[in-house]
Amino acid sequence: MRQTALQLVYELAKADRRVLFVGSDLGVGTLEQFKREMPDRFFMEGVSEASIVGMAAGLAMEGRVVYINTIATFLTRRCFEQIVLDLCLHNANVRLIGSGGGVVYAPLGSTHLAFDDLAILRSIPRMTVVAPCDAEEMKRLMPQTLDWPGPIYIRLGKGGDPIVSSAAVPFVLGKAILAKPGKDALIVTTGITLKTGLDAAAELGRQGLAVAVLHMHTVKPLDTAMLLDSAAPVSVVVTVEEHTVIGGLGGAVAEAFAEANFRTPKRFKRIGIPDVFPDEFGSQASLMARHGVNTETVVSTVRTLFES
Amino acid sequence: MNSIATPSDIDLDDRSRELRKLVVRTIAAGRRGHLGAAFSIVEILRVLYDSILRYDPSQPRWPGRDRFILSKGHGCVALYVMLAEKGFIPTDALWNFCKNGALLGGHPEHAIPGVEASTGSLGHGLPIGLGFALNAKLTAGQHRVFVLVGDGECNEGSVWESAMCAAKHRLSNLTVLVDYNKQQSYGTTAEVLDLEPLADKWRSFGFGVVEVNGHDVAELRNALTILPRVPDRPTALICHTVKGKGVEFTERNLAWHHKSKVTDEEVGLLLKALEPS
Repeated sequence: MRQTALQLVYELAKADRRVLFVGSDLGVGTLEQFKREMPDRFFMEGVSEASIVGMAAGLAMEGRVVYINTIATFLTRRCFEQIVLDLCLHNANVRLIGSGGGVVYAPLGSTHLAFDDLAILRSIPRMTVVAPCDAEEMKRLMPQTLDWPGPIYIRLGKGGDPIVSSAAVPFVLGKAILAKPGKDALIVTTGITLKTGLDAAAELGRQGLAVAVLHMHTVKPLDTAMLLDSAAPVSVVVTVEEHTVIGGLGGAVAEAFAEANFRTPKRFKRIGIPDVFPDEFGSQASLMARHGVNTETVVSTVRTLFES
Repeated sequence: MNSIATPSDIDLDDRSRELRKLVVRTIAAGRRGHLGAAFSIVEILRVLYDSILRYDPSQPRWPGRDRFILSKGHGCVALYVMLAEKGFIPTDALWNFCKNGALLGGHPEHAIPGVEASTGSLGHGLPIGLGFALNAKLTAGQHRVFVLVGDGECNEGSVWESAMCAAKHRLSNLTVLVDYNKQQSYGTTAEVLDLEPLADKWRSFGFGVVEVNGHDVAELRNALTILPRVPDRPTALICHTVKGKGVEFTERNLAWHHKSKVTDEEVGLLLKALEPS
């Protein structure tokens, strides 16, 4: 996903002179072709994220479209004030590409786990927050980032994530995708949990339940209309995210539901990392499983809610 | 070396006193403000806007303008006075300072004509100015970038991150002005977090460095007329100043760093003290 995103930054830069790339201290050889062919628009500015975000704001205020890539936690936690003030307050056209969203860096430990990035950025006015599900969807997303007004956060997965998106479904930034229809329950996902949702819906289908899956690639602005439409026929809604249950996709959906004033009550559950530090080493999959962000938990949760 | 050791010895001329009176009247309108910080930078702003910066108040976003960022946003009342005097904003806007729906508040916002970037939280102006200067270099723009930072602000790591980056890119179009009044909110900079040797720090970060008396108009003008000070390097102009400069009871008096509930009596005393002796 990262490779695809960066390749697309290169292609956007080839086509549009406004585009600049700024990295912190990325791996050797990153975007080598970009650097070789467009050295005046490629910047690697060291382990100085706060300065980089401010600099990008200044460049964007002069008319540039700036793509920054570094590790998601360093971008979102360390640079929170720079993102709020330099980017969002000035509505700067800067795109933050966060490597290792969620628990991708499980082997590297707590300091590298971006399990709160969606919540952090969702709180900021003017910020758009996107979590594509796979590299193919990334290809459809990136061209739309060029002229999108204001700052964008793009959450990257691990890389090599299974392709579950469909080229037949148009991708529109800010518009949720109904990946699968169903009348009994609704699973709302973002990022790579689309696959978790689809797998769970398939299993539940085998068990006799018609379960819809709504892919909320854009967590902010939330496509509330599509969410409420999709939720209308069902009695059970479950959100699934590789993120704390506080303030991310589940939080956003819960907020929308709280104000929807449904005439018929629905059963609702957020599946994600509970309010703890997921501080065990291991793999992305093992950490997600440990905290119940997996197909089995989604299946059992939907069944339990449906039957209760 | 210039007359840097004695910034308090400078007698203010009529214009410097009149500008300070406008600062006082603005603060009186809002009944609050960072008077000490504003008085500290009156001469720096005066020289920039009178003699150095290229701008057109009728087109605040004219692409060829020099960019100025008041990174120590709490000194904004002095900037507002200058923007009003030069015609960026109506003078009447000063008298609504900090009031409901006012154009001008306790820190500058980029919606104000002539304000390039919203500042207030420290350590943000130089990174943004770095972006401005880098873009100017990339586009062979002839405009220059000036960023005024506070000495307390130089406690922020982002200032030094950006300094390294500016030197790396040889941004000779970038000038950092340090308002070195040697006092921050809690006490002296020496007590709170010593900056010395400050000139050596900027020099070692790759800047051409000049030290001036920040209240000496001629000295400031001379220093800013020849830029960059070292070819292919950004410049740091360390302006030795006095916090609260111009009124005996506000000079070096931390009670005037920020003052709220400013009384009519205090306003009267300030205006009286700014009359020619």
